[in-house]
Amino acid sequence: MTGARLAAAHQARRRFLRGFLAVPSAAIALVVFVAMCTAALIAPWIAPQDPYDLTQVSIMDNLLPPGTEAWSGMTHWLGTDGQGRDMLSAMLYGLRISLLVGILSGLIALAIGTLVGLVAAFRGGWLDAVLMRIVDLQLSFPTILVALILLVILGRGVDKIIIALVVVQWAYFARTVRGVALVESARDYVEAARGLRLGAMRILFLHVLPNCLPTMLVIATIQMAQAISLEATLSFLGVGLPPTRPSLGLLIANGFNFLQSGRWWISVLPGVVLLVLIVSVNVLGDRMREILNPHLRR
Amino acid sequence: MIEFIIRRVAQAMLVLFVMTLLVFFGVHVIGNPVYIFASSECTRECLDEIMANLGLDLPIWQQYLMFLGNLAEGDLGKSFTFGVPAMSLIWERFPATLELATASLAIAVAVGLPLGLYAGMRPDSLVSRAIMGFSMLGFSVPIFWIGLIFILTFSVRLGWLPSVGRGQTVQVFGVPVSVLTRDGLAHLVMPAFTLSLIMMSMVIRLTRAGMREVLHADYIRFARASGVRERRVIGLHAMKNILIPVVTVLGMEFASVIAFAVVTESIFSWPGVGKMLIDAIAVLDRPLIVAYLIFVVVMFVTINLCVDILYSLLDPRVRVGGGGP
Amino acid sequence: MAPVLELRGLRTVFATAAGELPALDGIDLAVSRGEIVALVGESGSGKSVTGFSVTGLLPSVARVVAGSVRLNGTEIAGLRGEAMRRLRGRHVAMIFQDPMMTLNPVLRIGTQMRDALFAHERMGGRAAADRLERALAEVGIAEPRARLRQYPHELSGGMRQRVAIAIALLHGPDLVIADEPTTALDVTIQGQILALVQRLAREKGTALIWITHDLAVVAGIADRIAVMYAGRIVEEGPVDAVLDSPAHPYTRGLIDSVPATHPKGQRLPQIPGRMPTLAELPDGCAFAPRCPRRSGACADRPDPAPAGGGRMVRCFHPLAEGRA
Repeated sequence: MTGARLAAAHQARRRFLRGFLAVPSAAIALVVFVAMCTAALIAPWIAPQDPYDLTQVSIMDNLLPPGTEAWSGMTHWLGTDGQGRDMLSAMLYGLRISLLVGILSGLIALAIGTLVGLVAAFRGGWLDAVLMRIVDLQLSFPTILVALILLVILGRGVDKIIIALVVVQWAYFARTVRGVALVESARDYVEAARGLRLGAMRILFLHVLPNCLPTMLVIATIQMAQAISLEATLSFLGVGLPPTRPSLGLLIANGFNFLQSGRWWISVLPGVVLLVLIVSVNVLGDRMREILNPHLRR
Repeated sequence: MIEFIIRRVAQAMLVLFVMTLLVFFGVHVIGNPVYIFASSECTRECLDEIMANLGLDLPIWQQYLMFLGNLAEGDLGKSFTFGVPAMSLIWERFPATLELATASLAIAVAVGLPLGLYAGMRPDSLVSRAIMGFSMLGFSVPIFWIGLIFILTFSVRLGWLPSVGRGQTVQVFGVPVSVLTRDGLAHLVMPAFTLSLIMMSMVIRLTRAGMREVLHADYIRFARASGVRERRVIGLHAMKNILIPVVTVLGMEFASVIAFAVVTESIFSWPGVGKMLIDAIAVLDRPLIVAYLIFVVVMFVTINLCVDILYSLLDPRVRVGGGGP
Repeated sequence: MAPVLELRGLRTVFATAAGELPALDGIDLAVSRGEIVALVGESGSGKSVTGFSVTGLLPSVARVVAGSVRLNGTEIAGLRGEAMRRLRGRHVAMIFQDPMMTLNPVLRIGTQMRDALFAHERMGGRAAADRLERALAEVGIAEPRARLRQYPHELSGGMRQRVAIAIALLHGPDLVIADEPTTALDVTIQGQILALVQRLAREKGTALIWITHDLAVVAGIADRIAVMYAGRIVEEGPVDAVLDSPAHPYTRGLIDSVPATHPKGQRLPQIPGRMPTLAELPDGCAFAPRCPRRSGACADRPDPAPAGGGRMVRCFHPLAEGRA
């Protein structure tokens, strides 16, 4: 890449960012999302207690309403849950897991889906037909049911839920990437590259893939929100994550049992965090689509 | 047309077959259910006897063939926990789910269609933006969380609506129905509304997109230029074009709504098949899980097939033998 | 007698990101009973916008900001809602370009015609059916009763345009605005439709504005012609006078670039450049940048001035009359 091209790419990025932030809701969503990611990342250092460390948690302190001072003298600003865990700490750690599961499953699904999509688009023929049949079949069933059954079979665990989420997501990526790749590979520059006898792999990775990126970025973002939401739902239903490693969804589920007795904070607070997270990711995805999708650009 | 239908039916049968394979072998990987029935002092013989009773001592391919044979007769085995045929349990619970899903479909259309129309006619107004924001929330916020807020607000805080069960039901043609009693209706409102949100969002988006597209169509301008009243232009000329994709998508999504009822039913303890599935999963009641899955798969395939065929009938432009959407 | 339609200084703007752009900049035009006026120009010159400005069917970003529109002597500019609807179909009707798009694909012909009929008249189902069948027969459609039950896709393009014409003429409007109604049709069908509309307009004394970019069509049908360029009428007058000896350089260029009017074997003359977009309109004469006769004076805006043969022309350097 020459200096001029680098500068052009840099400028394009800045233009993208400026266009992105031109809409206030997108700017707010970006700030919120980055703040949440940061909080999740540094949770072990900023959380008042380690909710996994049983020596720090006392069952005596359970079900304290927000702002109560506990036995130990520590003030639980957001209350405690049924096991006496500090809600603020539990939520920070829960956010960590929710984000981890959402981002990791999204990335793996993106990689697999992209590979399948590119292969299908470039090989064509029976392989394309078979792969797309599988994709169609997969997409015609509701994600929640597929994931639920998978988790019943696989059991509980962070790795298990990531596998389940990858299985329900890869098909979206595969279908979209195939579509974009088909359009791109029909373009002049790919024809030109073929004419130059560039290897198929080189054409794929140097020419087609970069042009699929904007679309993939948008889908990945929206899928991430879906994945976080789905993980929360599955945890709520009692499959997925082990109770010792509560994500936001599991925290909400735990609090659900106390809802009828008016102890709202245990489920509502993590719920609010989950809501804010999902909404901000969605706003980001929508804005990105508006900017990156040439069909919507006016 | 006939050829088109035959091809579609053949495809559907193939999908069904593949799904029975996946479901049967998939579920068989789950841990041995014998231990649920065996008491702690059970001996080897006692375990074998239970296995033989449940037909679990045969090789797995033989079990599958038996399963297929029974399936053809509509028999999906006995529930481990209830000791009665799984299918009869499903038929017993299904009306509750169907009622819930139908009610939420009705709510989704009744609320979503007018909102979508408005947002399509005035795309830049503040209200339209609010509507679109709402539809984004409906898509992305997990419905269990919405159900939970409903319970907290309307049951716990305000005490207006009950949050558990179906309430009082009336028998209609031997099927219990909640919607006809005051108590049943009160029980139905929250779960149905919760479940409707995803579909409502979809209806809003489809209607809005359809409206925006149709309003620019020449035939709408022509109708207006001919003096046709605005109410008629929107209500018939535009609406009929908008409704075709909406009806198609709703038809296909109806099965998904029944699947998503799993979540709603668990929150509101609605005694339908979804709640039954979650309970069956908790105790690893294999035949019941398999029966539910096969039931849902059959439903899915059938609904998709019907929508495909209906679509080709509904839209006069679709040529005979042409594919679905 | 007052003209059926009289436009005075009509100005229509489009609201865009770059501000309000004038799509029509002071249109003056009058159409009398039984008269056929052709509105000619390239795409984007404002021909269609003129039609929609009259019927109040402009897209939501556009609006009429100045000028008057008189229909039978009554001011209708700025009329909205029900008041405007009462005029449409009954006093002023429109026919559009593409008959594939003009009729609603999911409604039967009969439903669409009945809606147009009931928009202004109340009558029983039987009487309505008779009326519609007669209307279809009048535009030369065989077996009208069967057609009423059909969907648009079951009809050919020419047939569909006949149906659209039948709908437009249903209430015997005083004015019909036909927006390139033959452009999308085969040549032979074009001729039939042209003849049909001309005959019906003459018989019923309907005033007709025929929007087109096809000068051959104009020569065949119109009494008068108005040539539009960049939102203004640059030349207007009797069709023979204008086509035989155009006064505006743009009209000259248009006529010269029609292949049929040109001797074989010679290079077809073209107008250099392209029409400016609304955002880049020059202050003075909009045609000046492309004009072979431009001078310093063209930096000002030319006003309409009478030229020979009952014509009006907007040019500082009109071509001498009679020059070939």
